[in-house]
Amino acid sequence: MMREASTTFEKLDLDCGVALSPVEVAYETYGALNAEKTNAILVLHAFSGDAHAAGEGGWWENMIGPGKAFDTHQYFVICSNVLGGCRGTTGPSSINPETGCPWAMSFPAITIADMVRLQKMLIDQLGIARLLAVVGGSMGGMQALEWAVTYPEQVAAALPIAATARHSAQQIAFNEVGRQAIMADPDWNGGNYYGGKPPARGLAVARMVGHITYMSDQSMREKFGRRLRAPDQFEVESYLQYRGSKFVDRFDANSYLYITRAMDSFDLTQRGALPSLFEGIRTRFLVISFTSDWLYPSYQSLEIVSALRSRNCDVAYCNLTSHYGHDAFLVEVEEQTELLRGFLASTFREASRKA
Amino acid sequence: MKIIREIYGRSDYAIIGALVEARTRVLDLGCGEGELLAWLKENKAVDGRGVELTGARVQRAIARGVSVYQGDLESALDDYPDRAFDYVILSQTLQETRDPRRVLRGMLRIGQRAIVAFPNFGHWRVRLAHLWTGRAPKTGLFPYDWYDSPNIHFLTVLDFEALAQKENWRVEHRIFLAGRRQVRLLPNLMGEVAVFLVSNGAVKS
Repeated sequence: MMREASTTFEKLDLDCGVALSPVEVAYETYGALNAEKTNAILVLHAFSGDAHAAGEGGWWENMIGPGKAFDTHQYFVICSNVLGGCRGTTGPSSINPETGCPWAMSFPAITIADMVRLQKMLIDQLGIARLLAVVGGSMGGMQALEWAVTYPEQVAAALPIAATARHSAQQIAFNEVGRQAIMADPDWNGGNYYGGKPPARGLAVARMVGHITYMSDQSMREKFGRRLRAPDQFEVESYLQYRGSKFVDRFDANSYLYITRAMDSFDLTQRGALPSLFEGIRTRFLVISFTSDWLYPSYQSLEIVSALRSRNCDVAYCNLTSHYGHDAFLVEVEEQTELLRGFLASTFREASRKA
Repeated sequence: MKIIREIYGRSDYAIIGALVEARTRVLDLGCGEGELLAWLKENKAVDGRGVELTGARVQRAIARGVSVYQGDLESALDDYPDRAFDYVILSQTLQETRDPRRVLRGMLRIGQRAIVAFPNFGHWRVRLAHLWTGRAPKTGLFPYDWYDSPNIHFLTVLDFEALAQKENWRVEHRIFLAGRRQVRLLPNLMGEVAVFLVSNGAVKS
């Protein structure tokens, strides 16, 4: 049972001090909430994802559905588009009610914590007091961590996959290349391109860089090698150009700037040393990293896991073998399914026992 | 002689299962696929954690519902706070660790009690094999050739007890097994597997 919906909140207080008003959230749900409201799982999308997680064309469709890792016969799965996005939730391409024009670069700065605060409002509105799990890969995993640290009593389990407690210099660096590519495109026009020609070339280049960082040397070698598409064009060039041009059709360049900034500024340790943030948290954790992921390397997951273990928190950790690089969290279905299914089932059993 | 039942085909698991009190916090080092922890969780309602190095085993353990950390047990010990667990279990792995004394000390730092099961190198078959063949002993208990054995430290019941005394650990229980039989007489000669439950003598009241 799939439901597509949206809801509007009167205002959202942002970390930067601005109160954003109104705020619309686009979301989808799959499966049914049980009578005790104990089977809800919030799925958090990565940087370029959206609320359409399951069903045809969903970004995690092979993981969410009847009989899948997130079995919708058993669980009620929710996914919303993030704040600052361009797929139904308020972002820089939304209309500023005060001017009647798109916000563009006058949109206030946003953070991962802001995104999570908005998700919390949605969960409250849905009448769910405690989530069975918050789960996401990459930026979704950062949100899962934020959830666990900010609302530990509302989260039975947190599953950050291929994520980090803070972006490294390398991660910030790649995001900055993407941002500079967009802003160097004359069509960007200081962010004021709505109603005109969008900075398609800049955004496509940004996406191409992104795709390189999502793959591994091995997966690129296997997928493309040195094969040619045309006498003067390698297969890999054509692939990246294709992915870049497809991205332009569904993503807003200003959203790219705002969301990557939110990721880069994310740093849980600004609020205290990681172990101190996990002190007394009863949330269960399943942390997953992938051997070939060089964008979110396993040492970043281990930093989280070490901190959790130092406070004797309930944490499971697995470094899954994969050659797909960062993309593995979307691609490695079978291995993750086995892990997630068992972990969720035991969490559900324990949560039901305690309830 | 008393016949010990088995858990997942292992009588040392059954011994450990009987030693662990209900509703306690348990850490199993080198927990494999989490069989023992799953059993303890189900039958003794323990709050269990595990450490295991091999990825495929970790996956199966997590799929079983056990919280397992994928990592090297020797370095994993350092992360846990003092007295985090009521029991820290090390089953059939002590002889494979690089620094067994450090591991045991670590276990008694993070746990109130340590349960250690190990194959006894003092068993008569091992002694005979060494004496008769003049080669590194190869028995049912130590089935490996010297060049492909995971065992890098060989210890006997007496060796363990000598270390316990030196380190001032209190031996609260000792149980010896030969196959599925419990051995009471001449344990260092007749016991194939030794299970010790020790606590820190200095701290224990």
